[in-house]
Amino acid sequence: MIWNRQAECMPTGERQTLQLGRLRAAVKRTYDAVPFYRKRFGEAKIKPEDIKSLDDIRRIPFITKTELREGYPFNMFAVPMQNIVEVHTSSGTTGKPVVTGYTRNDIDLWSEVMARALSMAGATEKSIIQNCYGYGLFTGGLGVHYGAHRIGSTVVPISAGNTKRQIDIMLDFQTTIIACTPSYALYLAEVAEEQGIDLKKLSLKAGCFGAEMWTEQIRTEIEKRFHILALNIYGLTEIIGPGVAHECPEKCGLHIFEDHFYPEIISPDTLELLPEGENGELVLTTLTREGIPMLRFRTRDITALHHEPCACGRSLVRMERITGRSDDMLKIRGVIVFPYQIEKALFEMKGIEPHYQIIVTREHHLDEIEVQVEMSKKLFSDEIRKIEELRRKIEKNIEEAIGLRAKVLLVEPKSLPRSEGKAKRVVDKRQL
Amino acid sequence: MKVKQISVFLENRKGRLYEVLNVLATEKINIRALSIADTADFGILRLIVPDPDAAKKALEKGGFTVKENNVIAIEVPDRPGGLAFVLKALQDADINVEYLYAFVAKSQKGAIVVIRTENNDGALKALKHGEVKVLTPEELYSL
Repeated sequence: MIWNRQAECMPTGERQTLQLGRLRAAVKRTYDAVPFYRKRFGEAKIKPEDIKSLDDIRRIPFITKTELREGYPFNMFAVPMQNIVEVHTSSGTTGKPVVTGYTRNDIDLWSEVMARALSMAGATEKSIIQNCYGYGLFTGGLGVHYGAHRIGSTVVPISAGNTKRQIDIMLDFQTTIIACTPSYALYLAEVAEEQGIDLKKLSLKAGCFGAEMWTEQIRTEIEKRFHILALNIYGLTEIIGPGVAHECPEKCGLHIFEDHFYPEIISPDTLELLPEGENGELVLTTLTREGIPMLRFRTRDITALHHEPCACGRSLVRMERITGRSDDMLKIRGVIVFPYQIEKALFEMKGIEPHYQIIVTREHHLDEIEVQVEMSKKLFSDEIRKIEELRRKIEKNIEEAIGLRAKVLLVEPKSLPRSEGKAKRVVDKRQL
Repeated sequence: MKVKQISVFLENRKGRLYEVLNVLATEKINIRALSIADTADFGILRLIVPDPDAAKKALEKGGFTVKENNVIAIEVPDRPGGLAFVLKALQDADINVEYLYAFVAKSQKGAIVVIRTENNDGALKALKHGEVKVLTPEELYSL
């Protein structure tokens, strides 16, 4: 189901013309209204008129979360407060939250892109959408809500939590589409199964899962347990909230709504633009937002872009599943390593506990990586030989994944730090 | 007769061995025999105790990784060549020894040797054939 065929299937050339027109207007508008950008353009010695082609976008300096925080709360807004009809914030787990402000047109835009997203999961007027994303300052809840309204689906604004009630409602209301984090979906399945509920009997057809990093293995697990289509949704507060990109049922990447959000992939290391298909950091520019426009925002999310046409008929560029954050990126002996690569190598082995820590040191001018893995009951043996074999096997797996030798240290169970939120996986002891 | 041995994973950190022994002391579990195998990074503590199940439970509760497996305990004559004689029986049967450790008990004339092989059943057969005295768990615990 394609919500806006005209926009989503537009020939590439035509879309580029649209993008350029919107980009030039956005740059002008932002430059005129936000002192921060004027200062930045001045430092880079450019004027809005210098942006004559889409390629010229690379002349615009990047903006990061740090600068947005410095503008807390409303300094980055490009319209007077009387035109702002709604505000949301990021969670603020890593510092002061980022505030985003929406004009009426921004809410309209948000509804449009979320309608496109939910339509990919098969949402129609007849759908019953159980929205388990939190309502409030978090963008997840209201983003899905506006999209459902635009389509005319029945939205159940249940918000997060109260798992037992979620299951009752899912049964009684015959929910057809669920929107939540993938980890919460698995938790729901677990609780429902404990209560003896046969998940196959639910009316659920599809789910939009996002707001956290997840893997193909988790998708398979969710699809198997619920007998549904599990699709990936992507978005971030700084850009608009959910609805920046969404997967179609072809499951070959997330279509970015690039007529509104212009994507680039850069090397987080050199900040140079990377060729199509290469993994790097996603940079987004809002082409139509009014409240808080964003020119070249570094998302820190690691992905790659693909332009070949998709079997679904949409001509929108596709981004790969997010595989890491550039904040987590390590450079070891000149090689770029992401913790998720090591994590993946670890979990390919059976019996390994999901707790590990990566320690980077520099001895005699040479970087060394040590991966600490907790010894589990399944892996333990009374024979040194077997444990050494296991250790070498883990080392080999890691080497194959990252192309560098890492030393594996087996540690006692529960000896690595546990965390409620984001786990601290990397300890970099190098003094760089 | 096979005897249960429990093994505990130990990181090479100060005080870890003491903590294992402290758990056993609190539970009033006596140790009949022990050995430690170690590498640069970790060690394996192997224990023979009269009540291996209780010891395993207590140590797991204490957060340790514990494994139970079977070993063979034999009595070796206290004279030159005593152990060589035993190993000959295993070698003749083509059975590989993973590790062994020995201790001397007051009430016993000979030494006690705990052997872990890759094939305990075959080893028992070979030892019986070689007329080596294999101890039952009861005999071992009552030393």
